[in-house]
Amino acid sequence: MTSFTRVEGRAYPLPLDNIDTDLIIPAEHLKTIGRSGLGGHAFEAIRATPGNVFDDPQYAGAPIIVALDNFGCGSSREHAAWALADMGVRAVVAASFSDIFAGNAFKNGIAAVELGCEAAEALLHAARDHTIAVDLAEMTVTSASGHLFTFAMDPFRRECLLAGIDEIALTLAFAPAISAYEQRMGI
Amino acid sequence: MSERPRTLYEKIWDAHVVARREDGTCLIYIDRHLVHEVTSPQAFEGLRAAGRKVRRPDLTLAVADHNVPTTARANGNVGPLLIEDSASATQVAALEDNIREFGVPYIDVLAAEQGIVHVVGPEQGFTLPGTTVVCGDSHTAAHGALGALAFGIGTSEVEHVLATQTLLMTLSRTLEVRVEGSLGFGVSPKDVVLAIVGRLGASGGNGHVIEYRGSTFREMSLEGRLTVANMSIEAGARSGLFAPDEKTFAYLKGRPMAPRGADWDRAVEQWRTLATDEGAAFDRSIRLDASEIPPTVTWGTSPEDIASIDGMVPDPNSFDDPAKRDSARRSLDYMGLTPGQRLQDVTVEHIFIGSCTNSRIEDLRAAAQVLQGRRRSTTIRQALVVPGSGLVKRQAEAEGLDRIFLDAGFEWREPGCSMCLAMNPDKVPPLGRCASTSNRNFVGRQGPGARTHLMSPAMAAAAAVTGRLTDVRELMGGQRLEAAA
Repeated sequence: MTSFTRVEGRAYPLPLDNIDTDLIIPAEHLKTIGRSGLGGHAFEAIRATPGNVFDDPQYAGAPIIVALDNFGCGSSREHAAWALADMGVRAVVAASFSDIFAGNAFKNGIAAVELGCEAAEALLHAARDHTIAVDLAEMTVTSASGHLFTFAMDPFRRECLLAGIDEIALTLAFAPAISAYEQRMGI
Repeated sequence: MSERPRTLYEKIWDAHVVARREDGTCLIYIDRHLVHEVTSPQAFEGLRAAGRKVRRPDLTLAVADHNVPTTARANGNVGPLLIEDSASATQVAALEDNIREFGVPYIDVLAAEQGIVHVVGPEQGFTLPGTTVVCGDSHTAAHGALGALAFGIGTSEVEHVLATQTLLMTLSRTLEVRVEGSLGFGVSPKDVVLAIVGRLGASGGNGHVIEYRGSTFREMSLEGRLTVANMSIEAGARSGLFAPDEKTFAYLKGRPMAPRGADWDRAVEQWRTLATDEGAAFDRSIRLDASEIPPTVTWGTSPEDIASIDGMVPDPNSFDDPAKRDSARRSLDYMGLTPGQRLQDVTVEHIFIGSCTNSRIEDLRAAAQVLQGRRRSTTIRQALVVPGSGLVKRQAEAEGLDRIFLDAGFEWREPGCSMCLAMNPDKVPPLGRCASTSNRNFVGRQGPGARTHLMSPAMAAAAAVTGRLTDVRELMGGQRLEAAA
C-alpha cells in the first residue's frame, strides 16, 4: 500500500450528499482487468455539465476532494478508489462515508477523513478559494483561510496508512492461528 | 453460569474471531467466498504477482453474471458463449483462466445452475445459516436472509480473502428493524424494504449491521427475505440478518451444497441457536407498521427517494435540510419530473423485471399473476423478464410463466444481471424511463441518462399494462394477489 502522511493543495468542492460509486465511475468502465487508466472517466456525468469544477483550471490536478454526507455509497466497486487515485486524489474529506468505500480508499492509500456535516460545509466553502491540508500524523484538516479541524480514524487503519503496510503480508503472519481455527471448527 | 445476552450478529462474529489485536481489530474467518468476473481479475493478478495461492478453493465459488448477455446463448468466443463486447468477453475469459489456474470451483456460463451470484449462492445451498459470506459486490447483503453474516467487499479484500480466507474487521454497531403486522393487498417485500430505506435514509445504516425482526418477517417467505436483506446496503448497512427458522431449513434441505444425512441434523440443531438472546441490546431500533406500507415507487436518484404510488412528486422546498432540497431539485431535473405531478401520470417506456433483488421464482409468479390475460401497452418500447438463474428459468417454464410473459409482449431472457447496471447489452437509452425491479435508481445506473423508478415485480408488471406508473391494487381491483413475493 502507498503510505500517507500529509497532503496539501487545492480541493475539488463537491457540495453533494450521497455521491455514489456509479457516479464516481460508471459500470461501463468496470470492464477493465487492470487498475489504471480510470481517472479520465471519473465523475463523467458531472464532467458533462457545463461549468463543472473539473473543468475549472484553478482545481486542475487537485489532490483532495471535499464533499458532504455518505460519500461513496452504493456499489462496492474498488474501481471508484482506483479512479480517484488515477486522477491524483490522495484524500477525500467528507461529512461521512459509506463503509465499503472508506475501506477501499484506505486499501489504496487514500485517506477518507470524516469531519461531520458542519465542518465539511465550512471546508467546502473554504475550498472554493483556498488550499487545504490533510495531516494524518497530526490528525488535522486545515485551510489556508484559517480553519483547523481535528478528526478521528480507526487506529489500525491510521497505522497501516502511515506505514504503507501490506495487509495480506500482515495477515499471512497469522497463518498458524488461521490453521488452528480451521482445525478447531472442522473446516 | 449465565452469559451476557448477545444479538445474532454478535454470536456469528464471536464464532469467527481467529485473532484479536489490541486496538480492537479482529481477524475474522470467512466461510464462503463468491467470486464474479467484474471485481476479481485484479485480485487474481495480485496473487499471481506476489506468488500467492488461493488458501481454500473449496470454500470459494465463481460464476459470471454482470457481463453476460441475456439473449439466446449461441456458440461464441468465451467458451461456447457469444459476447460481442470485447471488453466484456475479455473479463469473462479472464475469470475462466483464473479459476483454472487457481483451482476455484466454477459454474459454467452455459450450465443450468448459472445465474446472478446472489441468486445462485442460496439456491445451491452454498450460503448457510451462521456462516460468514463475502463477495466483491455490495448486494452480498442478500445472503443475510438465511442467517448468514454476509457483506460486500472491494477487490483488495477479495484478494485478501483468496490468500488468507480471513478479513481484518472491526465490530459494527447493531440496528434492529422491526416490522409488525400483515402486508396489505398488493404490497410486497420490495415495498417493505423501500419503506425501510426511506425511513433510514441512504446513510442511516452506515456502520451498522441490521437485524430484521417482527411478525411481518416471520411470515415472509425466504424469497421475500432475500429481497429485503439484499437492499440493506441501500440504507448504508453492509449486512442485514434474519434469524434462521423452519422456513430457512425447509428452503435449504436437499440443496446440492447443503449438508446431508446426520450432518444435516447436526447443522439444524446448531442453527436453532442462532437467534438474538432475550434481553440483548441493539445500538439502535426502528419500528414500522406493515399495514401502513403502501405499494411504493421511487421518484429520485437515491433509493431513499420513495413515495406511495397514490402520491405525488414532492416539492423540493418541502424538505427541511438544504442539502436534501438541493439534491431533490437536481434529481427532479435529471428525472424529468415536476413537483406536484401525480406519480400515476408518469409514463414509462421500459420495463425491467429481474436483478438480484427480484428475479426469483416468487417474483416471477407475482409479475405473471398481474400479466395473466393482459398485454403490455403499445407505448412500451421494451419489456424484459430476466430470471435470476437457469434453475429459476426452468421452474418458471415448468409452471407456464414464460407463456404468460410472452403472451403479454415481454421478452423472456437468459439469466444475468441484465438491465440493473448497464454492463451488458441490456440498457435503458438516454432519457428513457424504466419501471424496474432492481435496487438502484442512481444517475446513469441503467445507462447514461436513463431514468429509473424502483418498484416491486407486481408494480412493474402493472406499469407494463398501462404504460405509466400504476397502482397494482387498482389494476387488480377485486382480484386476490398472492401474499408473498
